[in-house]
Amino acid sequence: MTLLQFDFDLLLPVLYQGALVTFALILISAPFGFLNGILIAVGRVYGNRFISTLCHGYVLFFKGCPLLLLLFIIYFGLPSIGITFTAFTSAVIGFILCNGAYNSEYLRGGIQSIPAGQMTAALSLGMSRSQAVRSIILPQALRRSLPGLSNEFIYLIKYSSLAYMITVVEITGAAKAFATKHFAFFEVFILIGLFYLGLVTIAGYVISRVEKRIAIPGFGGT
Amino acid sequence: MMTDEIILRVQEIHKRYGENEVLKGVSFDVRRGETKVFIGPSGTGKSTLLRCINQLTVPDSGSIWLNGEEVTHAGPAINLYRQKIGMVFQNFNLFDHLTALGNVEIALLRVKKMSRQEARKKALMELEQVGLSDKVNSYPAELSGGQAQRLSIARALAMDPEVILFDEPTSSLDPELTREVLEVMRRLARNGMTMLIVTHEMGFALSVANEILFMEHGLIAEKGPPSEIPTSPDFTRTRRFLGSFQD
Repeated sequence: MTLLQFDFDLLLPVLYQGALVTFALILISAPFGFLNGILIAVGRVYGNRFISTLCHGYVLFFKGCPLLLLLFIIYFGLPSIGITFTAFTSAVIGFILCNGAYNSEYLRGGIQSIPAGQMTAALSLGMSRSQAVRSIILPQALRRSLPGLSNEFIYLIKYSSLAYMITVVEITGAAKAFATKHFAFFEVFILIGLFYLGLVTIAGYVISRVEKRIAIPGFGGT
Repeated sequence: MMTDEIILRVQEIHKRYGENEVLKGVSFDVRRGETKVFIGPSGTGKSTLLRCINQLTVPDSGSIWLNGEEVTHAGPAINLYRQKIGMVFQNFNLFDHLTALGNVEIALLRVKKMSRQEARKKALMELEQVGLSDKVNSYPAELSGGQAQRLSIARALAMDPEVILFDEPTSSLDPELTREVLEVMRRLARNGMTMLIVTHEMGFALSVANEILFMEHGLIAEKGPPSEIPTSPDFTRTRRFLGSFQD
């Protein structure tokens, strides 16, 4: 038995620092990825031909591009044409671009599931199209898209570990470095696995609370 | 109640969907306080005509005038005119994510830019008008069809429109629910609201209308006060239509 042959007191501060970076990656990327998704979805459904095509192209590109490759392009590739971001910023940009593309697909479905009469009624009251989208269509579409958006958020928690591949020392990176140094891969990675599991469980709980809170009688299920 | 003041003028409205010419040049004037009822077979353009009036459907040609201002080709000002032209739909089109109160408030807040208190006060008043004071916090899915349609009338009324368009307001309601909606509309007519109504409720049409307009094949075929329908030679086709209706 050679498990736990290292000092926990050395590991914990390392993981703590890594966890902070992981939290920062997620908490910055998620809201912007959400907004990005709304913009792309609204552009696709309500934009003119040019905007709509542009947004469609965006979705195709970022859904088709492996996230890791995207991060490599942003962090290692862009400097060749004079655009340089820190590793952390590169990761956040990559996550927002990718998360937004997927979110927009769920939101687009949500928007298109709202009966046309909702827009008609809003216009008949004197609302502009954009007022109608903001006050009437999106509040309903968001509720319908919530299960999909929640999944994307859960994915984001887990793929935030890819930031490690472009030198961001988030929790997976920190753990890898520590494990290598102390030759304790099994214990450390199991521990990290539990960390993500805990994070995802908490996120799931919060999401279900949100779903209950914004639920409306007769409007979709939870 | 009806005055001589012309509030709405509809001139030579044409609308075509592909091969199908739905409206072939429809014209009429509406006086303040007047109730006009459009009747006729399905597919003769009655609903399309109503939607052309507030430009939810843009006519191919012809013009609409509200209080002497042109509504057609209004550009962004169309939102201003739509505030003054209320609309009530066959399928209610209530905002499903908002309570009864929210449904009435939302345009007051977003379009009329009222304060929260003002909007709330006004909305509660309109809900009381249509007998929904006890349903203020209910969502559309929790309302009966009759309650839902009365709510959508309150939503339209809250904007203080000059005229309200009713597009088959009772066609998706059971007979007993129809009655409560018609009762609200009858009261509106009595109180001098200008109304254009597309309906298949003939008894209601005959009793409430100042003028009946019989539409056929995209045109107003016959029109006149309901009292003349049984005898006037101007109403022969209308009589034939009503006869077939009663079978």
